[in-house]
Amino acid sequence: MMEEKRYDVIVLGGGAAGMTAGIYLGRSKAKTVVLDTATIGGQMVLTYEIANYPGVELTTGYQLSSVMKKQAKSFGCDIKANVKVTAMDLVGEEKSVTVGDKVVYKAPALIVATGGRSRMLNVPGENEFKGRGISYCATCDGDFFQDKEIIVVGGGNSALEEAVALTKYASKVTILHEFDHFQAFEHAVEEAKANLKIDFIMSSHITEFTGDQSLRKVKYKNLETGEQFEKAIDGVFIFIGYEANTEALRDTGIELNQWNEIVANEKMETNIPGVFTAGDCRAKQFRQITTAVSDGTIAALNAMAYIHAK
Amino acid sequence: MVLPTNLKHVATEDEYNEILKNHENVMICCGRMGPMCVPVYDIMEELQEEYQHVEFRDMLFDSPYAHVIRNLPQCRGFMGLPFTIYYKNGEVVAATSSIQSQEQITEILDREFDK
Repeated sequence: MMEEKRYDVIVLGGGAAGMTAGIYLGRSKAKTVVLDTATIGGQMVLTYEIANYPGVELTTGYQLSSVMKKQAKSFGCDIKANVKVTAMDLVGEEKSVTVGDKVVYKAPALIVATGGRSRMLNVPGENEFKGRGISYCATCDGDFFQDKEIIVVGGGNSALEEAVALTKYASKVTILHEFDHFQAFEHAVEEAKANLKIDFIMSSHITEFTGDQSLRKVKYKNLETGEQFEKAIDGVFIFIGYEANTEALRDTGIELNQWNEIVANEKMETNIPGVFTAGDCRAKQFRQITTAVSDGTIAALNAMAYIHAK
Repeated sequence: MVLPTNLKHVATEDEYNEILKNHENVMICCGRMGPMCVPVYDIMEELQEEYQHVEFRDMLFDSPYAHVIRNLPQCRGFMGLPFTIYYKNGEVVAATSSIQSQEQITEILDREFDK
């Protein structure tokens, strides 16, 4: 028998945007539940150090998300992490989200704040050698590569900045990028080019990872000439940007753009009445904690206005 | 030297040995407070109620006694935090490196320790 739980607003996602929405809704006495399929904090938890969040001198993503969670809870917001969403109905007067086979959450308004995640290469060997030579976090795993030779995949700010940071440990860092130019800011490119431990493979992408207990080799292809190469390597760090967590929303009627990001107006309203969005899953230019917090605030206030107008 | 999590910790080598001796099913996550580690601690915290027959613990990777995990043969080749080890009757039955999802963790717990 399915248990039914009624709320004023359901928030999908417990990152900076979802937590902010939870804080604002809870504080205005709206009965709110935040549901997250993973850890509360989203991408924020995956950020080691935060130095540019206004009003907070220096903190970690874990600390900042813990405080946001505590604030939301203190205002009466229910928070459920690591849930398995099995069904969703966003169209109609009442929105519903089914969790597992036991509980269905219902509310007149819903905020989608499902965030984003690091993009993977999705090539053979990537899952097998994750943690055995392939990493997505230089701060976490850099010291395992002391005096070793590594590749950094990507051409944005993260890739170039992390490549420079990794030269503290590695004997040599090769930046491998799919285009013939970088997307990173000029100062980041200049810093990487000036570093004697860094060299570059451009217009190429990795096609396979191979090894035994650990990663030993990568195969890569030059995208201009089609030539295939093999390179012995100790580690590969992958920083190729983010993608929106919107797979579960594809059949719900919500409008997505060509990159599967949710389309919304400046009130954070989606194409479905009563459904709002906020944070990194939304189509927008900048993805920062500050912009997620802004989105979450706007979505919460407009969700409240929507409920009151009904 | 322990991690600032809500999990029970392993704080000494003696404690580590006691835990393995006194509990049939044990999961120890050895890491730091980094982005790949924190989600695993959170998942363990969530699962504690459902898997009461499993002893969930964390351990600070940089503590002097963490060699008991770092030097396990099952961790050879690991180059990503956290190192997560599953023990049945004191023997290692599974080990993973780097971040894991709840699905990946429960798959191991259900396989090795039954639900």
